[in-house]
Amino acid sequence: MKLNLGLAQINTKLGDVGSNLQKHLDFVKQAKGRKADLLVFPELSLTGYVLQDLAATVAHQPTVDDPVFKHLLKASHDLDLVVGFVDEDSRHRFYIASAYLSGGRVLHVHHKVYLPTYGLFDEGRFFAWGDSIRAFDTRFGRMGMLTCEDFWHASPPYLLWLDGADIFLFSSASPGRGLNDKEKLESARWVERVTKAYASMFTSFVAQTNRVGFEDGLHFWGGATVNDPNGEEIAHGPYFEEALTVAELDLNQLRRTRARLPLLRDERTNLVQKELDRILSRD
Amino acid sequence: MIDLTINTEVAHKILKGFIKSEVTRAGFTRAVINLSGGLDSAISCVLAAEALGPENVLALRLPFRSSSPDSLEHAQLMIDQFKVQSETIDITDMVDPLIKRDPNISNTRKGNIMARARMIVLYDQTEVFKGLPIGTSNKTEILLGYTTLWGDMACAINPIGDLYKTQARQLSRALNIPAPIIDKAPSADLWVGQTDENELGFTYEEVDKLLYLLVDQRYSPQECVEAGFAQKFIDTVAARVRRFQFKRMMPPIAKLSNRTVGYDFLYLRDWGT
Repeated sequence: MKLNLGLAQINTKLGDVGSNLQKHLDFVKQAKGRKADLLVFPELSLTGYVLQDLAATVAHQPTVDDPVFKHLLKASHDLDLVVGFVDEDSRHRFYIASAYLSGGRVLHVHHKVYLPTYGLFDEGRFFAWGDSIRAFDTRFGRMGMLTCEDFWHASPPYLLWLDGADIFLFSSASPGRGLNDKEKLESARWVERVTKAYASMFTSFVAQTNRVGFEDGLHFWGGATVNDPNGEEIAHGPYFEEALTVAELDLNQLRRTRARLPLLRDERTNLVQKELDRILSRD
Repeated sequence: MIDLTINTEVAHKILKGFIKSEVTRAGFTRAVINLSGGLDSAISCVLAAEALGPENVLALRLPFRSSSPDSLEHAQLMIDQFKVQSETIDITDMVDPLIKRDPNISNTRKGNIMARARMIVLYDQTEVFKGLPIGTSNKTEILLGYTTLWGDMACAINPIGDLYKTQARQLSRALNIPAPIIDKAPSADLWVGQTDENELGFTYEEVDKLLYLLVDQRYSPQECVEAGFAQKFIDTVAARVRRFQFKRMMPPIAKLSNRTVGYDFLYLRDWGT
């Protein structure tokens, strides 16, 4: 089975959901033209990233009645979509969220569980922390979604793996930083290193897309990638510019790799649980 | 080994994109730069010319009667090579009446008056040219507070404020800035014979390495001693960094209400764009 996976690395207008929606629909059209089955947008793709006090004013709910999501849900009849937005729950907590849309339905919503609030980041000041990490079934197999800082921690990808995800969809709004003598920024090198490591260790497909453009002095570096279950990179988008990268995922590779390298079969989850119980019950 | 080498190609791409993006979304297509004849303003000028097109960049030469003729000539080298628009406005007539009021006026006061007079001309010309003023302060001088508040620091956006002086020099070579500008001793040229390094009491080469450890690498002063820096040098630099924090901030507003600009009224400049 093949999956044509499209990764959109777009620029956004800060706080202008209408304009950003239009850009999503433009990319959907392009992706359809390139026969993509699934198109993944970056973190907060409908709103822009450094929202601060705009967080509440740009929030939407992923329902058919929502003026933004009704267009995206309609578009999801043609191809599956992952979009980034601010989700407001019924008690008015605001989350950095990604929704997986397919056939006019919302299959899954992930609320970012790790909100970086250090250095240049201030997410914990404006957003509520997600509290669940779940894989979910799609017409292409079981997937998991994480948002930026979520995959800077090892445990969320690990949990998704144990929950059955074979395809990991990571989306980011990663500000470029760490200029030195290397060809790539430190932030780009870090993301590429760990996503490749997850693909290798979890013998799974790992795709990540990151936005581009500027917000005040911050820039976002793009550079979408897909790694296959052997940890080999099979697609790489350009840096710093808008692009649609389409990669063909040969899903049979999961079987071939895992027949050779049964890391999933041999993962000793009971041992993990026993040791975690011990470690967490100390004191 | 403290290595401040940067990949100039990456820096170039990001900074050009920054100017293009931030000028455009502020609603402008053009830029104005005070081209002093020195290295930093030369870099901002090239980046702006590349980002916006040289016809959309106005380079201002703003000499004072005591300015070094080199400054004017070097600025002209840039204008000729990069084909930006230019204007020369002598600030002597603006500055002299004020400094002549006090026969005992210090060099520092004179220098600040000149820097602020240039700021006035810069902002006035932004209205004429319909462009945004582009900053020319580097990371070293911002951290050391070696600037005039509301003078040479004044700008709408600053493309080079995260590059140490020695890194700016690397970028300037990649941008093909004329050699006399890269090779000469850095100077604010506020009085005859002034150079940055004489006035500061240390070289950019030395202080950039120390600042890199203290600021970028989060070394403690003690760790800097262990890395080979003299205690007195560290103390001098660390004191300057702390003392001049006020130059890096908007003035604090005394909080009274539930929502106060600067504390809990938080939006980027790029809000809505």
